[in-house]
Amino acid sequence: MPQAATTSEPILRVEHLTMRFGGLVAIDDVSMEARRGEITAIIGPNGAGKTTVFNCLTGFYKPTVGMITLTRGNGHKFLLERLDDHVIARTAGVARTFQNIRLFQGMTVLENLLVAQHRRLMDASRFTIGGILGLAGYRRAEKAAVEKAAAWLERIDLIDRADDAAGDLPYGAQRRLEIARAMCTDPELLCLDEPAAGLNPRESQELNELLLSIRNDDGISILLIEHDMGVVMGISDHIAVLDYGVKISDGTPAEVRADPAVIAAYLGVEDEEVDDVEAEISS
Amino acid sequence: MAETVTETTVAAAAARQHGALRRKLIEALVAGLVAFLLSVPMFAFRTTDAPGGLVIESRWSLVAVLVALAFVGKLAFSFIDTSRLTSAAGRSDTVTSALSTLFNLIGPALIAFAIILPFLPFSDRYIMDLAILVLTYVMLGWGLNIVVGLAGLLDLGYVAFYAVGAYSYALLAQHFGFSFWICLPLAGILAAFWGIILGFPVLRLRGDYLAIVTLAFGEIIRIVLLNWYQFTGGPDGLSRIPRPSFFGLEFKRFGEGSFHEFFGLDYSSLHRIVFLYYIILVLALITNWVTIRMRRLPIGRAWEAMREDEIACKSLGINTVTTKLSAFAIGAMFGGFAGSFFATKQGFISPESFVFLESAIILAIVVLGGMGSQIGVAIAAIVLIGGLEYLRDVTFLKVIFGEDFDPKQWRMVIFGFLMVTVMVWRPRGLISGRTPSIALKERRAIGSDLVKEGHG
Repeated sequence: MPQAATTSEPILRVEHLTMRFGGLVAIDDVSMEARRGEITAIIGPNGAGKTTVFNCLTGFYKPTVGMITLTRGNGHKFLLERLDDHVIARTAGVARTFQNIRLFQGMTVLENLLVAQHRRLMDASRFTIGGILGLAGYRRAEKAAVEKAAAWLERIDLIDRADDAAGDLPYGAQRRLEIARAMCTDPELLCLDEPAAGLNPRESQELNELLLSIRNDDGISILLIEHDMGVVMGISDHIAVLDYGVKISDGTPAEVRADPAVIAAYLGVEDEEVDDVEAEISS
Repeated sequence: MAETVTETTVAAAAARQHGALRRKLIEALVAGLVAFLLSVPMFAFRTTDAPGGLVIESRWSLVAVLVALAFVGKLAFSFIDTSRLTSAAGRSDTVTSALSTLFNLIGPALIAFAIILPFLPFSDRYIMDLAILVLTYVMLGWGLNIVVGLAGLLDLGYVAFYAVGAYSYALLAQHFGFSFWICLPLAGILAAFWGIILGFPVLRLRGDYLAIVTLAFGEIIRIVLLNWYQFTGGPDGLSRIPRPSFFGLEFKRFGEGSFHEFFGLDYSSLHRIVFLYYIILVLALITNWVTIRMRRLPIGRAWEAMREDEIACKSLGINTVTTKLSAFAIGAMFGGFAGSFFATKQGFISPESFVFLESAIILAIVVLGGMGSQIGVAIAAIVLIGGLEYLRDVTFLKVIFGEDFDPKQWRMVIFGFLMVTVMVWRPRGLISGRTPSIALKERRAIGSDLVKEGHG
């Protein structure tokens, strides 16, 4: 285990995670953890296995080997590798976004946020029958859900477009909406797969502020895959670096930035330093 | 110098135009050739009764007319500017919103018309029978709309649930003597149960595979009904299915407790038909009301979200297994209601009423109406079922094609031509846009280009 002297129980602990697709080893014995109330970033070159880690966490893949433990704020522990994808989202409190945005494009912005509150509304609708009869309990729950959605739309600055189709929004707004949709499921751990991809500098600055506000104001832990170093170095509390499915570094942004293995694998090295770095790695 | 350049461009443009014309001519010739190849086996020869046996009569002039029509038609189409067609596609959003506001007014008007229809002066036995038939298909279309239009699951075997409903009622009534009003919910429950049974094996299938398995399921049900002679009567079918009663009053000419006696009316066979008409009208309106309510509930939003993106649904904690099964079950339940109505209306059912063509017609109604649109499905059912009947005796076509034109023989051709035209004009159905289920400020229709059809 890493020596990290944690003040709190880590929200997510990944131990010896290995994922094989036939002969291809996408992730090889990766262990890492995400601490509660922190922003943890996973970085690495293309094809390093970052999204595969995410898919294992959220139940879309069943890992070949390994244990993924999620501890909720109330002390309940969930072994994510044993749960189905929708159960992870529903009971373990893990929400995710996707690298290529997966919004419900033909539904309005507001509807997208209501679908995310499916479970609470479904309970309130009493197996739909109460909802069909228009019982007061459901109407109250729906009103609360719309208010919650509206609050999130205020936060991501999309309140004026609430009744537009999600597919009509500009790209940056779609990214923000996907984050808001994930947050509407009331998660404890928010997993974001390249949220800054395709954003311009101003939008990615806004994204930084949104993520920091989710961490500070909502107290949600965030796990982040990102290529945009401005975002990663600017807001992460902790960074894990993957390369070819292996974790090559782990630490604070300053530590990772100084790690020669990371520089060699990920950030690239100056021509004249190659020999020095290689010597250092092999030592 | 400049002049030469212009001249060469003009010459090049002329050459391009020449080439384009040649291409169009060739395309038209190919179309003519295809028309020729198709029409030779279909139209060129005909057997006619003559003294001394059958005689083969050739009709080359008809073939020539058809080939010429194909050639000229293709040529005319190729001269229509394609860029204008694309701009027309861009305009279709405004057309959609205009149509949907129009249809918003049409909806209540149609319901009002349906309620007073039996009292209108022209409503004779034929009109009422046709209206009952149309309403049955409206109800079936609305039921299938839940599965195909909302949940995006292509179901080619919907008629199976119609059959389950019909046979449930017939068998329950025959063996246990249950009345129509007890059997109706039971038939719905049994059909929903079969919907879930079908749902389980197809959960993992998508698109074409799902369509094939549902098609097979529909056939399995029909073939079981056909071959299980002791239970279902096989090809003989089930007869003497009891008629529904009006609060215990039966629609019979003689005997105690008949409807006309109680109300002091003269006996008329139309009473029963009008009663049946109101039963199916109420059943269809219940289907419509429940569907509209469900669309605004989390279950309905989950169906539509699943049609849009199943993986995103899972990531939001929606159990897609139960969501799919609920769509199958509720769609099947309404099919079962319609089936049990069909059984009581006919008084006799046999597997022949539940062939694949029925599924295809119901699906055509949903697709033509615009998937997910309630009013679109209703209009499509009226056009498809009512229109097909109307084509039996269209008199104005006789004015065009001459006195000996027999519309009965041509109605399927005319029908097919109309279908193709509608699909070219509005490829996503009559009402292709989607109305949001909830709005913060104002409800605006969503263009069909954004709404997905579902892939599984």
